[in-house]
Amino acid sequence: MTTELPAAAQPGHHAPGEFHFPDPGGQLAVDLLADPAGVPRARAMLQRAEWAARAFARYDKQAVDRIVHAAAQAGAAKAREYAEWAVRETGFGVAGHKVVKNLACSTGLVETYAGHDYVTPRFDPAAKIVEVPRPAGVVLALTPSTNPVATVFFKSLLALMTRSVIIISPHPLARECCADAARTLAAAAVGAGAPDGVIQVVDEPSVPLINALMTDDRTEVIVATGGVPVVRAAYTSGTPAIGVGPGNVPVLVDATADLAKAARRIVDSKSFDNSILCTNESVLIVEDKAADALLRHLKREGAFLLDAGQAARIGQLLFPGGHFDIAFVGKDASWIAGEAGIAVPGTTRVLLAPFDLVVPEEPLAHEKLCPVLGLVRVPTARRGIDAARAVLRISGRGHSAAIHSADPALIMAYGAAVEVLRVSVNVGNSLGSSGIETNLAPSMTVGTGYFGGSSVGENLQPAHLVQWTRLAYNADPAEPFGSFSGLIPWESPAGPVPPYPFASNSAEAAAVASVAGGQASVPAYGGLAHGDVAGLREEIRRLVIEELSALVGGSGG
Amino acid sequence: MAEELIAFASKGEMLAKSRQFWNPDKTQFWVDSGIPLVIDRREGYFIYDVEGKRLIDVHLNGGTYNLGHRNPEVAAAVTAAMQHFDIGNHHFPSLARTALAEALVTTAPPGLAKVVFGSGGGEAIDIALKTARHATKKRKIVSIAKAYHGHTGLAVATGDERFAALFLADRPDEFSHVPFNDLPAMEQALRGRDVAAVIMETIPATYGFPLPAPGYLAQVKQLCERHGALYIADEVQTGLMRTGELWAITKHGVVPDLLVTGKGISGGMYPISAVLVSEAAAGWLSEDGFAHMSTFGGAELGCVAALKTLEITCRPEIRSMVHYIADLLGRGLRRIQAACPDWFTGIRQDGLVMGLEFDHPQGAKFVMKRLYAAGVWAIFSTLDPRVLQFKPGVLMTPSLCDELLDRVEVAITQAAADARSGRRQP
Repeated sequence: MTTELPAAAQPGHHAPGEFHFPDPGGQLAVDLLADPAGVPRARAMLQRAEWAARAFARYDKQAVDRIVHAAAQAGAAKAREYAEWAVRETGFGVAGHKVVKNLACSTGLVETYAGHDYVTPRFDPAAKIVEVPRPAGVVLALTPSTNPVATVFFKSLLALMTRSVIIISPHPLARECCADAARTLAAAAVGAGAPDGVIQVVDEPSVPLINALMTDDRTEVIVATGGVPVVRAAYTSGTPAIGVGPGNVPVLVDATADLAKAARRIVDSKSFDNSILCTNESVLIVEDKAADALLRHLKREGAFLLDAGQAARIGQLLFPGGHFDIAFVGKDASWIAGEAGIAVPGTTRVLLAPFDLVVPEEPLAHEKLCPVLGLVRVPTARRGIDAARAVLRISGRGHSAAIHSADPALIMAYGAAVEVLRVSVNVGNSLGSSGIETNLAPSMTVGTGYFGGSSVGENLQPAHLVQWTRLAYNADPAEPFGSFSGLIPWESPAGPVPPYPFASNSAEAAAVASVAGGQASVPAYGGLAHGDVAGLREEIRRLVIEELSALVGGSGG
Repeated sequence: MAEELIAFASKGEMLAKSRQFWNPDKTQFWVDSGIPLVIDRREGYFIYDVEGKRLIDVHLNGGTYNLGHRNPEVAAAVTAAMQHFDIGNHHFPSLARTALAEALVTTAPPGLAKVVFGSGGGEAIDIALKTARHATKKRKIVSIAKAYHGHTGLAVATGDERFAALFLADRPDEFSHVPFNDLPAMEQALRGRDVAAVIMETIPATYGFPLPAPGYLAQVKQLCERHGALYIADEVQTGLMRTGELWAITKHGVVPDLLVTGKGISGGMYPISAVLVSEAAAGWLSEDGFAHMSTFGGAELGCVAALKTLEITCRPEIRSMVHYIADLLGRGLRRIQAACPDWFTGIRQDGLVMGLEFDHPQGAKFVMKRLYAAGVWAIFSTLDPRVLQFKPGVLMTPSLCDELLDRVEVAITQAAADARSGRRQP
């Protein structure tokens, strides 16, 4: 990712499409309106976002809740449609599994955070501190192709919950489903009273465009999910960024584990969404004395054990020239086996690829975004911990690991040794580390912390998009703390935000002024109680109709 | 480059030469008004005096700088265009003119079908009036008392006599003026069925932006239809999203027979103006296309500036922002007004078209002077100096709006004291 200005901003240059002229004798094209890079338009989005953020930052809890619910429900209602669309558009993943994620990241998220309040000031009389939540403001979200719509839902709802506004730049492979999903949420949010422009989406993402957005002063925080280059670019943009690194998940099974359950969980998790999540298991490490039994259970769950030659063939196939071939991203196990000329039963969900040593030159020890699971036997659980550390030396530091065991001492030793910030215990890692089947924060964005070059070590959650203004009293007991009960600096808007600019002598403007209390002694949006909004809208509509019908004929428009 | 051509030892020397070689009265007027402004650097919504004083521009020359001074996108488009185009040849079909005409028609209210180009607003008004006369075979033109449509041959006759009589350019037999918002007077003027067109600024700018009463413009259009006159919407100041819609006239449910645009359509970079004409009124373009000629009309560099300006203006983000800006500034001004309602007596607002009324016959001149001192440039209404024209740009940022309101609050309060003291001259 370059940090140069887009060509259009440099004197003497212009973006393609900014101003085309034919080669001598070529085709005629004067195209001043098109701008494929879309950079000027993206800047306009940022400026609109700035306005929306300013308005949204003053909404009260009641108004925010209404907006969040409306957006979440609109997303959930289309969970299946977008799941199928994402698979169709990107060519990878499993629609049924994407439905699960889309629901988890819409109404599921709202349920999780139902008891939380990121809007109302908090008071701590003992510490004599008042904490006023202030939103991050303008959030730039880069969303991946692997988890496209779920991430759009997730980041949009986090923004809405915290009164931030968001501009989404989807991965080009998933831009259509993401743009539509963003618009669905935006329409629902604005319909429920959110400010216009609260959720915007870039239709034609490109490198210069993302670069322009990331380096723009108006972007207050970047939340980057995607490949390493994208995350690096976010961090080097000079704008505060929350980016997360890649995973390469080791899963350790020792002899104390319930092997039948472990096998089922591992196969379910590894095959989830055809293994395109960064939380899908990458290398299974099993203690020798449990290995044969575990393998029997794994086969029963739909894993196919490759022999050494087949495993090597799969390794070569997935990593031609040492790099993962994206043609295999999110493809199912039978198809991959077929590509390698290996006959497997139709029920195969995971290909188990044994190898001996966890070292960088072993392709199967690397992250594989498809249902191929590396398999390593270790003589003892202790050596298993070393193997897991070796997996993470290759990539995935800070991300996640899993363990299936009944031995707290081993689990503790494992957790204290592997350089990750979450370990899923006796649960599949796909939905475990992403908080869907554990009590971690449900998240499509897994913070990799300082291990993984990220500013955030937790699962991304609404709290990350809130900053707090702290009103700190003199600690001297002689100085009394104020009484803040009932002092809420926020309000529900009295109507659409921004209001339509009716002429000041129109009946509509007069109605707004009289209902909202007229003069602007009221800080932001007039002192209208929530219940009156519908009444106000009705009143305005009545006046508009009256005025329109008063126009003689009224045909001109 | 410019330094080789333009060099003065001092501001004083420059003003002296301005009096000597350019316009003595106008030069002296500003010095006497306490606004010795000589604009040097300009960028976005800021203009800088040669001595460095910064002003937020909310005059924008009637919307010429809607998109800010030297808008980088417009500047880039014109700069790029200069590698290929010049003014062009007005006799021949042109790439840039055709593209702009199509863009204007596509974005206009339905029914407007052809575009004629001029080099400035006055010329465009003249084109519109000539077109109406040709289409109706009538000669009379009705406009509003205190109207302003420019200074060219026909346009100046539609306006206030201040600008027409001096040059013996008034033509009372052909041009009649009726009071604004007075439907009976309008009907009276049209009843003889000898009127070619009614020409109206959707909100008369130079008269201080008095707002058309709800339904007034639609009823004027009805009267035009009933009495065989055409309706010409002068959108030079009110168009291009200033009221939160591309053309203000659409907020009144009126589809005009002709629509005139100028000022802002140039992007502030290259002069151009245009008249959009309904098919029914555009007969001369088929009958004798050479009937109106203009070497600079629709100059191709101007077309490029206009195309880019129109593209920017039509982005949905801009419309949304205009609504936000109008809301914030409207609230802020009402708050300021609430503190001194006897002095700051009224706010006329339609989007970013605003007239601020003060309780003194020259009230806006007091305010203009104090605004200048406070770093804001806004101008009084020539034909109603009680009213200050307040025309912020469509790309204003939230923080610039806040800063503007801070400065305006101070200046309006100070101006109240100036006017009350009776000692100071506006």
